[in-house]
Amino acid sequence: MEIKAKAYKFGDNINTDDIIPARYLNTYDPKELARHCMEGVDEEFVRKLGRPSVTGHCIVAGKNFGCGSSREQAPLAIKAAGISCVIAESFARIFYRNAINIGLPILESKRASERIDSGDEILIDLSKGRITNLSQNENYKVQAFPEFIQEIIRAGGLMNYAKEKLKK
Amino acid sequence: MTIAEKILARHCGEKSVAPGTFIEAKVDIALGNDVTAPLAIEEFKKAGGSKVFDPDRVVLVPDHFTPNKDIKSAEQCQILRNFAREQGLRHYYEVGKAGIEHALLPEEGVVVPGDLVVGADSHTCTYGALGAFACGVGSTDLAFAMLTGKCWFRVPETVKFVYKGKLNKWVSGKDLILYTIGDIGVDGALYKVMEFTGPVIGRLSMADRLTMCNMAVEAGAKSGIIEPDNETIEYIEARAERPYEIIRPEKGTRYAKVIEYDCSKIEPQVAFPPLPSNTRPISGVGEIYIDQAVIGSCTNGRIEDLRISAQVLKERKVHSRVRLIIIPATQKVYREALREGLLETFIDAGGVVSAPTCGPCLGAHMGVLAEGEKAIATTNRNFTGRMGHPKAEIYLSNPAIAAASAIAGKITSPESL
Repeated sequence: MEIKAKAYKFGDNINTDDIIPARYLNTYDPKELARHCMEGVDEEFVRKLGRPSVTGHCIVAGKNFGCGSSREQAPLAIKAAGISCVIAESFARIFYRNAINIGLPILESKRASERIDSGDEILIDLSKGRITNLSQNENYKVQAFPEFIQEIIRAGGLMNYAKEKLKK
Repeated sequence: MTIAEKILARHCGEKSVAPGTFIEAKVDIALGNDVTAPLAIEEFKKAGGSKVFDPDRVVLVPDHFTPNKDIKSAEQCQILRNFAREQGLRHYYEVGKAGIEHALLPEEGVVVPGDLVVGADSHTCTYGALGAFACGVGSTDLAFAMLTGKCWFRVPETVKFVYKGKLNKWVSGKDLILYTIGDIGVDGALYKVMEFTGPVIGRLSMADRLTMCNMAVEAGAKSGIIEPDNETIEYIEARAERPYEIIRPEKGTRYAKVIEYDCSKIEPQVAFPPLPSNTRPISGVGEIYIDQAVIGSCTNGRIEDLRISAQVLKERKVHSRVRLIIIPATQKVYREALREGLLETFIDAGGVVSAPTCGPCLGAHMGVLAEGEKAIATTNRNFTGRMGHPKAEIYLSNPAIAAASAIAGKITSPESL
């Protein structure tokens, strides 16, 4: 599966209060969550995305993306805002689980995190684990998912994986 | 094997497990709250779930936006209430019986040593203080656990933290964990277990141990854990609702890393915004004037925390520019504070006492900050916007420092009053 996206760059330790402030957690409606995506760190972010364009959008961040609370509303808000992928140097562990479990593609790559600039056009090949920066004409290697996690991704998220297992 | 590895091995039916391995393990307790459980319940139903794996082991605590702060949060709580009734859940805590989940579950003996606990709340790691392996997960993980009684894990490496020396005056478990996070950073223990040990830990109360394990997640850890001792057994004997098992690390266990601290060099700590790792000793804080002080939360809302706050506030008055908000973490803590006359001390000092709730810690209600305001709080996170306006500032400390600061109007130690 290939994703073409425009990059939006963020720094280290982007926490779940940045991604979706707690005052909006009295709902889990993805559409409403999407309206406040990344509001804690950039109030204009959702407006900048505009209408989902043909190229799509991706978030590129530094270390420990998604640290803080366990709120699954964080990856849900990102997914519902039309972000097709998050690339970071590293992810906080609950965010990592949540993203895998709900089927939001996430990729760990130190070099991609360092090199990609805001506005760059990115081509992501999820099956090959490769990120191509079309604007800078560079390729970055991605940390491959462990086999167990690939199974969950193949099933289309954790609950589909559970359904498959219950059938067996 | 470490304590964490032993517990994980027992729960997945293996003799041993090694860090890095993926396992599916049985959980003893699956926990959710009014923010995370509604989504989990929806996922549970979408997956065709009709009955939870065990109605005694699914725990629901509405604590974040309760007593309901608005219509939407009332509706979220209603989802929990209806599900609890329909499933016959033994551990559903209605307002009046409820409290902040991570203070409530140890207090009620719901979590016991040797347990494997998953909770759709990042501070689930608190229960490591009882010698359990407990970690935060998301709503879908909770749905999966409610359905199957299991959860997937990557067996984490364990880092051992050894605390030696003598504790200085006004230094508590909160200061030790803030100091540690300040040393290793907010991703210093990413994906790992933090095992707290050493002579100082042996002398800490359960309250202080719960505070330390509570904030392990602020260093990115999967869990904090403390080997049970007589203090743990005494605490648990008085409340355990199930048989428990004391799990100790094997002799000669290898740790990913061992870090030692000399506690005689550790002063009370203050974490400056916007990260819990941004710590300074109280002597290096400078002049920080505050508008609000919050004493409470799953980190520091236990009776011991209220006692030390009252000790500082006794026969003193809160500064005229400061709002002091005190939140007993559970109904039992509230009642005990009432019995001991602590509430009277708080009210006489000019503080306000709230019903148990997570409330201001996450900027939900009961003490949200305006633009430009500064607060000192005994909570666990000082991220931008955490307690309200993105241009408000949050400073983290122990309860004694927070109480002293409320009196002085600026961040200070009780020693300087």
